[in-house]
Parts: sequence; C-alpha cells; structure tokens
Amino acid sequence: MERISKEQIRHVADLARLELKEEEIAHFGEQLDDVIKAAQQLNELDTTNVEPTSHVLDVRNVLRDDVVKPSLDRDDVLKNSPDDDEGQIKVPSVLE
Amino acid sequence: MSYETVIGLEVHVELKTNTKIFCSCSTEFGAPPNTQTCPICLGHPGVLPVLNRQAVDFAMKASMALNCEVADVTKFDRKNYFYPDNPKAYQISQFDQPIGENGWIDIEVNGEKKRIGITRLHLEEDAGKLTHVEGQGHSLVDYNRVGTPLVEIVSEPDIRTPEEAYAYLEKLKAIMQYTEVSDCKMEEGSLRCDANISIRPTGQKEFGTKTELKNLNSFNHVHKGLEYEEKRQEEELTNGGEILQETRRWDDAKKQTILMRVKEGSDDYRYFPDPDLVHLYIEQDWKDRVYGTIPELPDARKERYIQEYDLPAYDAAVLTQQKAMSDFFEQGLQEGAPAKQLSNWLMGEVNGYLNQEGLELEELPLTPKALAEMIALIEKGTISSKIAKKVFKELVENGGDPQTIVEEKGLVQISDEGAVREMVNEALDQNDQSVEDYKNGKEKAIGFLVGQVMKASKGKANPQLVNQLLKEELDKR
Repeated sequence: MERISKEQIRHVADLARLELKEEEIAHFGEQLDDVIKAAQQLNELDTTNVEPTSHVLDVRNVLRDDVVKPSLDRDDVLKNSPDDDEGQIKVPSVLE
Repeated sequence: MSYETVIGLEVHVELKTNTKIFCSCSTEFGAPPNTQTCPICLGHPGVLPVLNRQAVDFAMKASMALNCEVADVTKFDRKNYFYPDNPKAYQISQFDQPIGENGWIDIEVNGEKKRIGITRLHLEEDAGKLTHVEGQGHSLVDYNRVGTPLVEIVSEPDIRTPEEAYAYLEKLKAIMQYTEVSDCKMEEGSLRCDANISIRPTGQKEFGTKTELKNLNSFNHVHKGLEYEEKRQEEELTNGGEILQETRRWDDAKKQTILMRVKEGSDDYRYFPDPDLVHLYIEQDWKDRVYGTIPELPDARKERYIQEYDLPAYDAAVLTQQKAMSDFFEQGLQEGAPAKQLSNWLMGEVNGYLNQEGLELEELPLTPKALAEMIALIEKGTISSKIAKKVFKELVENGGDPQTIVEEKGLVQISDEGAVREMVNEALDQNDQSVEDYKNGKEKAIGFLVGQVMKASKGKANPQLVNQLLKEELDKR
C-alpha cells in the first residue's frame, strides 16, 4: 500500500459504516490501492482541450411538469421497513 | 477588550410546487404519515429522478429577487450522509454550480440602511421528518417531506448584530412571499434558519472560531439565541477560555444555547455529480421569461406608498413587511378608504389584534371591503371612532358588514342637535359643582361633563357635537 494509508482506510470505512478487522484493513487497503493505481493511469492522458464532464450522455435539460401523480399505498411502503408504528417507520433512537 | 460579532445565516425555504423536486408525489402539508411517497423519493434501486420544471423556475425567480446572478449551466450533486431522515443515504443538492450566486438584500436597522451579501442560492431536496419518542429508545420517520424542493440561501458574513440578523430574515421572508415561491410558514417548517456566529477583537481581520446554532424555530429565537451566544462567547474569551467549533441548539424554555456536539474537522460529505441527472442549461430567453414574472417587491412598494399615498416611511415599512398586509391595504384603498386612516387601523387595531391572538391576517374574517366601509361610516359621522372599536371587534371576530352591524346593534351615532342638547342640559342640571367650577375658570371641568353626556348616551352621542353644545349651554347659565 503506497497510495492510501491505513488511517484513510479506517476513515472511509467509518464513513460507510463498515466495521473492519485489522486483517481486513490490510486486505481491502491493497484492493483499494489497486483501484486508485488503475485510475491514476488516466492522469497520463493529455486533457488540455477536453471539457470537464460528469456525464457520458450528450443530453441536457430533462424536465417534467409539476403535476401530481398517485403515490404508493402506505401498506406497500411499510413492507420494506423492519418495524413500524401508526404508519411511521420505527428506527433506533437518533436523538443527537 | 471590545469585540465585534460576525454572523452568517443559512436559510432553507420550501418551494410552493405541487409535486416533489424529482418525482410526482404531492407536497401538500399535513397528510397522514408516509402517504406521499414513491420508489423515487424513497430511494429504491434503479429508479430515475426527473427534475421538476416549476422548482427550477421558482429557484430562478428567488435568485433574481435576491439580486443573484443566475447560472448559465448548473447541475446536481450527491451529498452523502447516513441518517434515517434520508432513505437514499445521500441528499441531491448542488455543490459547485448553484443556480444563484453573488446577490444581496438591503435591510434597515434603527433608520440605518445596510446591504447584506448573499453568497449563493442552491436547489436541493428536503429530508423526512423524525419524531423522537421520549424514553422509548426509538424514533419514528415520516417520509412525506422527503424530496420537497428547497432553496438554501447562504448569506455573506456581513451581519454584525442580532438585530441585523432579524431584519435580514424579515426582508428575506417578505421577498419569498412577494415572489410567491414559498409560503414561508416557520410553524410548518417551510422556512428554517441556522445561524453561524463568532466574535473577534475589534479591528482584527481574521474571523474567530464560529459556533453553529440550530433549533431556531422563530425569528425571535434567532434573535435571542444570537444575543445569548454573543455574550457567552465574550465571557468565555474574557475569562481566558477558548471557543470550540461546535453545534449548539437554542432552548427557549431555559433561555440558553445548549451544546449538541463538538465538530472535529470538517464534515466529509464526499460530494459528486449525480449520474442520474443531466446538466441544466439556462438560456437567456428562459431567464427573461422568469424575470418577467417577478412582481413589485417590498422595497419598491414601500417607496410607492410614500410617494403616491403620502404615508410616513414608518407606515410604509410596517405595511409592506408582509405581503398579506400589503395586499389587504391595497384592496382597502380600492374600496375607497383614505390611505392614512386605513394605515392607522391596520397598524394599530388590526396588528394589535393579530399579535394578541397569535393569528395571521389571512385567518381573520375581516375583509378589506368591510374595513373600508367601517372607515367610511366614521368619516360620514354615522359612528364615532369609539363606537367604531365595537364594530371592529365584531368584524375581526365574526366578520360581516359594518352597516348591518351598526343598525342591528343600534350603534348609530346620535347627531341630532335637539336630542344631544337635551342630554347636555340634563348633565348640567345634575352637576352643579362642575358648572360652578367651569364658571370659575376651571376649563377641565368640561371634560368631566363630556364624559357624563357620553355615558348617558351609552357612547353614542357625537363627541364634537357634545363639546360644542356643552359650551353653548354653559355660556347661557
């Protein structure tokens, strides 16, 4: 691992809410390092006259009209929730 | 040591669209929990968000009304975070290409004008609503609000006092209401505010460490929270302490700010362009079309009221602070009410009643037409201004038509000279002492006698006539 430190791996894992064991940090660290290495090859290209792009499609201004359509039935919505109470989704306490 | 305060405000305003920003679910407030959701706003895999044209129009309109430059090209980015108020684990927002930038609004505090810069205005989606259940170890989530279009408006750190912050918010809200992009109801969460505040020794260029204030549920709370925080920071520094970068919330019951969390390092939201949404190019004709829909804004109205109706600057400012009040005033004028009288009633009795009852003007059964007609009855001498207060009470509480109320309640002013003269003489006969006092040069005695006549007439005698006839009859004695 040259391009990414253990500290960075821990930080990224933490942001993704992943709990990694020491050996996993080494394992995924190596993989991530390879990914970055592959991506770094792109730096070899001369992009002087290339417009920055965040999209491969040449499509712009896709818009819809402000007209209401029916929403999902609540019973269907709540099927995806582990627990619910009076129509609301129950989650572990999140009081800051 | 003297300190200077630096305040920056972040205001979130919900846009008044029919549907959400990226799907066709209704945004109507107050629906039963989780009845206005779909696979898109719930963030199910494989769905495709499509931008609401009306939300873009509103964001452009708001930008223009706040004197921002509107972008030629704009895009949407994902702001990544885990919290149950957001089912996708990212919020679609705008990072480096907001719709509006470099704006300003003018405020006035204690007669002094000041221009407050607006850094940016960007479009994003709202989060769901979390309810913390006391002592149960869980929270409840309602996703109806998820995906409601919001604009976030960030001020430059130009604000120096809690009063300026208050004035900025009042003006911002007025502009959002005049342009009709939002109804700005803080109690329904359609306008929300976070404040950043720091202090620095007077003359120092660098900013001090700032704290962020949350849970500011009214403009009053913003004012009080900032005042408290200003003092707390100053005491901390004076006592040799240091300010930590932390998030605090205003506790209105305890009248203090309370630490929520200390910020370690900057947030790491890993923004990146949303691959599901394509770039938005805003051509000039689109901008022109939106610009054409901007109505007369509060400052312009205020100026017109001073010029056209000869109102004092104070009246003009109070009347234009809220669109509903200003519209009411204009409709009253159309019904023929004289500007100054109408303004007096609105600023005095109407505002007084609204404050006392905690109501909004739109909630009153009082109509501009009724108020104008009541003022006309005073002008014609049909009712005295004292009686008018009774009529007004009826109008604000139950509505109706002033003429009918006056007739039904027998409130017509007695302006018949013979009848009033009779009451005057009766009062004089019963109050020898006052008559004598008056004769001995005690001018004040006449006030008591006027009171007696008014009382005898149950407040219905024409006060000017009572005064005039009292003098005549006293001189005869």
